[in-house]
Amino acid sequence: MMVYLLCLVLFCCGLYCILRKRNIIKIIVGVIISEYAVNLFFILTAYRIKGRSPIFSTGGDISNMVDPLPQALVLTAIVIGLATTALLVALAMRIYEKYGTFDITKIRELRG
Amino acid sequence: MGNFTTLALFCFSMLAVRAVNSQGTLVYSLGGWRPPAGITMVLDGLTAFMLATVNLVAFLIAVYAVDYMEKFTSKWKFYSLYLLMLAGMNGVLISGDIFNLFVFLEIASVASYALVAFGTERHELEAAFKYAVMGTVGSLFILIGIVFLYSFSSTLNMADMANFFGEKGPGNVTIMVSVLFIMGFGLKAALVPFHAWLPDAHPSPPAPISAILSGILIKSLGVYTLVRIFYNVIGVTPKLSSVLMFLGALSMVIGVFLAIGQWDFKRLLAYHSISQIGYVVLGIGLGTPLGILGGLFHLFNHSVFKSLLFLNSGAVEYATGTRDLRKTGGLFQKMPLTGSANLIASMSIAGIPPFNGFWSKLIIIIAAVQAGRYGYAGWAVLASILTLASFTKVMKYVYYGKLEEKWNKVKEVPFFMKLAMAALAIICLFGGALLIGQINRAFLQPAVEVILNGRNYGAMLFKRIL
Repeated sequence: MMVYLLCLVLFCCGLYCILRKRNIIKIIVGVIISEYAVNLFFILTAYRIKGRSPIFSTGGDISNMVDPLPQALVLTAIVIGLATTALLVALAMRIYEKYGTFDITKIRELRG
Repeated sequence: MGNFTTLALFCFSMLAVRAVNSQGTLVYSLGGWRPPAGITMVLDGLTAFMLATVNLVAFLIAVYAVDYMEKFTSKWKFYSLYLLMLAGMNGVLISGDIFNLFVFLEIASVASYALVAFGTERHELEAAFKYAVMGTVGSLFILIGIVFLYSFSSTLNMADMANFFGEKGPGNVTIMVSVLFIMGFGLKAALVPFHAWLPDAHPSPPAPISAILSGILIKSLGVYTLVRIFYNVIGVTPKLSSVLMFLGALSMVIGVFLAIGQWDFKRLLAYHSISQIGYVVLGIGLGTPLGILGGLFHLFNHSVFKSLLFLNSGAVEYATGTRDLRKTGGLFQKMPLTGSANLIASMSIAGIPPFNGFWSKLIIIIAAVQAGRYGYAGWAVLASILTLASFTKVMKYVYYGKLEEKWNKVKEVPFFMKLAMAALAIICLFGGALLIGQINRAFLQPAVEVILNGRNYGAMLFKRIL
């Protein structure tokens, strides 16, 4: 139970970074932290108490394995997170070329 | 080359509509793994309807982009990203497995973040960054919702989940999952209060990209997934239905109030997108057969006329180089085809008979009155009147009025752009024909029946496995 609440705390840390930081790079780091928190939560829901790793071996019994499906899904989610992060960093680099700053309070030309 | 792909997709989607009509729901399991262990692709009435809408508008926008993208370098990058986004949207529509739906949703979203930044001007990059961060947060909420659903029902297949919810009934986690999904998919669909990315992200990119973002992406990723999960998997309750209707009505009214004061052509159209999606969600949230019919028909109509409006604004920008309403004027004499197409689209969105927007708005308002929700019907009528007012303003400032000196040299836009706009305008004119009996039964009614079927979606899991 405590582990899940700690995942929520980590997600809220990431969300705080996204909402309150002024530097674009820190916002991107906040997105990354939030994605880590969600992936960690996903794997933790798959844990079975005193379960062993879900690998078939001859002579081993099938009972009491941890759930392998979320592990596969989290691999996919990590890759999706990687793609999004790469795009965000590329955008940040181009924004620096055009605006000359990373400060989001100065990159506010679209309003209204 | 890209146009042949979109044309082929459109023909396939028409075939899909005919297949669903003749054979009922089709299920295909990937790799031969039988469900619920494997991933399935499901083609039922709602999917066929959405596929036809998405591919038709995408094909016409690709035709338009043949001429418009001449002004940009690296056209091949545009076509790659465009086809990638289209693949993602089609995947979302066909997927029968909830994590597969999430993967395709992310493919389409990341491609759209890159497309918004396509011209790499200052405003486009800023808008793309804001859109990307907000879109990622929305996707994270959707992922948390999927995690909860998986750990509650121990399956990822949507039909199996529907069966599970039918047997066990909603648990305590269902309310939290519903809220997470409303937040996540509502952000993709640009419902108020999750709409903040849309007024920056839709005006900035080049016109065909704006058209496909506003005309199709928010509907395929946002409204379709909301409907599929809430009606077919979790099962809609009266409380959930009234939340959807409230959010829809809020979007309708706030969108149109914010739109009237805009002086940028595309920003005005972007705010109107929020308003019209509010109409669709209000119609679908009503839950009655007539309401759902109105909502889905308005979804189709909005794809057509909103794309046409964005393509018109692109034509104006191509010819004059500006989007500001105060600077343009009297363009009707120089660009008659663009002007008449814009007139048809404006009358459609404002709901003037006999264009297609009138029929769908009328059905939504009648459905609201029949269900006894007079307040929502009143707000819908008010939003419609204000939409008419703001589009009268657009027409007056852009097309009618005195032709200024500096616009004396503008000419009509090139051939493919004219072709795409004319085709969309003709669909606007005759869109009301979709309600006539024969075509209605073939196209719209299967979609309505799938939504009304609710959790019986799960019954098709074990039959018709190809």
